[in-house]
Amino acid sequence: MPVITYRDALNHALREEMQRDDRVFLMGEEVAVYQGAYKVSKGLLQEFGEMRVVDTPITELGFAGVGVGAAMVGLRPIIEFMTWNFGILALDQVLNSAAKLLYMSGGQYNIPIVFRGPNGAALQLSAQHSQAFESWLAHIPGLKVVTPGTPYDAKGLLKSAIRDDNPVCFLEGEMLYNTKGEVPDEEYVVPIGQADLKREGEHCSIITNGKMVLLAMQVADQLAKDGINVDVVDLRTVRPMDVDAIRTSVEKTNRAVVLEEGWEICGIGTQVVDYIQRECFDSLDAPVIRVHQADVPMPYAKNLERAAKPDAAKTIAAVRKVMYLD
Amino acid sequence: MATKVFMEALSPTMEEGRLVKWLKNEGDAVKSGDPIAEVETDKAIMELVARGDGILRKRLVAENESRPVGQLVGVIATADENIDALIAGAGAPAAPAPEAKPAEQAVAKTQEQAGASSVPQNAPQAQGEGSPPPPAKSSSAPAAPQTTGGSTGNGGPIRSSPLARRLASERGLDISQVQGSGPAGRIIKRDIESAVSAAAAKPAAAAGVQRAAGAGDFEDIPLTQIRKTIAKRLAESIGPIPTFYLTAEFDLSRVTEMRAAMAQMGDEFKVSVNDILMKAVATALAQHPEVNSHWLGDKIRQHHRVHLGMAVATPDGLIVPVIFDADQKRMSEISHEAKELAKRARERKLKPEEYTGSTFSISNLGMFGIDQFTAIINPPEVSILAIGTAQDVVVPGPDGFTVQKRLRVTMSCDHRAVDGAVGAAFLQTLRRLIENPLMLVF
Repeated sequence: MPVITYRDALNHALREEMQRDDRVFLMGEEVAVYQGAYKVSKGLLQEFGEMRVVDTPITELGFAGVGVGAAMVGLRPIIEFMTWNFGILALDQVLNSAAKLLYMSGGQYNIPIVFRGPNGAALQLSAQHSQAFESWLAHIPGLKVVTPGTPYDAKGLLKSAIRDDNPVCFLEGEMLYNTKGEVPDEEYVVPIGQADLKREGEHCSIITNGKMVLLAMQVADQLAKDGINVDVVDLRTVRPMDVDAIRTSVEKTNRAVVLEEGWEICGIGTQVVDYIQRECFDSLDAPVIRVHQADVPMPYAKNLERAAKPDAAKTIAAVRKVMYLD
Repeated sequence: MATKVFMEALSPTMEEGRLVKWLKNEGDAVKSGDPIAEVETDKAIMELVARGDGILRKRLVAENESRPVGQLVGVIATADENIDALIAGAGAPAAPAPEAKPAEQAVAKTQEQAGASSVPQNAPQAQGEGSPPPPAKSSSAPAAPQTTGGSTGNGGPIRSSPLARRLASERGLDISQVQGSGPAGRIIKRDIESAVSAAAAKPAAAAGVQRAAGAGDFEDIPLTQIRKTIAKRLAESIGPIPTFYLTAEFDLSRVTEMRAAMAQMGDEFKVSVNDILMKAVATALAQHPEVNSHWLGDKIRQHHRVHLGMAVATPDGLIVPVIFDADQKRMSEISHEAKELAKRARERKLKPEEYTGSTFSISNLGMFGIDQFTAIINPPEVSILAIGTAQDVVVPGPDGFTVQKRLRVTMSCDHRAVDGAVGAAFLQTLRRLIENPLMLVF
């Protein structure tokens, strides 16, 4: 199976879906001539022309609104935010227009739109440009929120997102674009709302999503050296969340660590823990522990940034704690 | 740190116990493991031992009163420790309401006082066969102070994970008797598992005086289709155990001769007919594992060791103490052990591990002048042998009539596991041994 980057996996998904359906178009800052701030849209302007690959001014709220309007009249826009840190300028269109119109029009307007872009921290981009927004977006009824952690999932989920008749927020990662993984040449999609057991173990479940999947896999390798075998449950989609996958894993291991990129309060992990205590109460042998970013704006200083982010040491400590090893 | 004294499940089926006698007075110093009271279970009179060191500060039950398993019956603490809260939590010990489920009341009060915890503190519950007794002092649990475990010692709730509570309830285990190994003494899955295996290991350990329990002690035979059909169809006819009976009559002439010869050698060589029969049965069983089996529903467990149960009548009813590894024991050992077990059975002093674990049983009503009878199988065993009275019978022979001592035995067989021919083959072996008893000393 070919090994390609996460960036190319997204690029292939865009190209294939634009070839498949001429209602699909891409719009955002620098997506056309510059071929994307992160080169995800490389080659698309050449192949599909400026009617379908559209550069916009630096006006997130404006072009997100244009996208919603286009979706109302039957097109299938893909709105790229250079990062989700800029995407927050468009939140009114995302939350109030895209997420609500089907409901408020009494079912007359589907909004088949994808809002996509990198999410969370990269390296030393400081407080305003290092934020993970999946819990913000997942809070809103009417939105689907997808956070692929591997090239395979990135391609399969982006194709599903583009084909979905409802608004999907698609959260990528600047630090993920260069990661590589196996992606088949053949056509496939990854269904929205389906978690993936990325690794099997019996001692503890690590439940995670997005960029943290890679970290969880590293942690699992390290723990295995000490004879601790963990399940790594990649949620892939945080809304709707795959409760069955969480339940199946926790009922097997009786212990869970929930790992996420964002902040603690009202984070994705809060919801996961809620499902666990409701669905798996009688299977729990220890309290569930969460690993997340420190409850501060992301520091610029390298050492402080490292200290604020979730990492392998913190995750390993959490696993050992729920296993009563320390 | 105070240690609560609970009415413990001292037999596998015990639901409540009568406190026969306190062995310690209030104010007496006690050490963990000291017997502090005698308790009558549904089977025997057993000793209740202290689970912690200190002074027996309070006895909450008067002698001759009964309490459900799990109820607080006393408190061990240091001399100056305040135990009022513990005692208050135990309900009114002097006025037991006979039908008012005192244990549940006590639990309710304890919880109220503790403020939280949905831990059911072992309200009386029917414990099925094989449900393990709580781990005794000989269990392999870590020798941490008891006060960090089941009884927190300060009247607080028992800490346990939801999973541990579920597993304890599924396995009929009294969680208050389990030592917790998690943070702050929290009882977790591994504690339940080790308590269950410690309890299961106990009878085997008792039997291991002669031979250590091992993995090869039995073999599980999956049911063949024909066995399944036999089991199903015959249980429909006579159920739930489709029993059939095989009667045989043995010539006891040589057994009689042997007994007489042995008695002449001195009193220490005296053995009863029953002792010889038991030795013969045990020897035959070792050759017929099909009969030395347990029916487990989905399989037949053929035992490689012979644990012979012997029915003993006591004033309270029938009990079946076990001679473990009977085929490995000499006749004199069997004789001695059988006498000892029968005596203690009548005194109700048998320990649970002495009357569980048999692989085959015999019942002898010979001393009551019964010619022959059919005994009822003691499940999960698949056979039982009923022994009648030895009688003088006139039998024709080539040189005219002779008088022989003859004995009738009837074997009850569970047809699901044992076919007629299999039972008959066992009786054939038994006949050979009994009619040629010198083979037993071979």
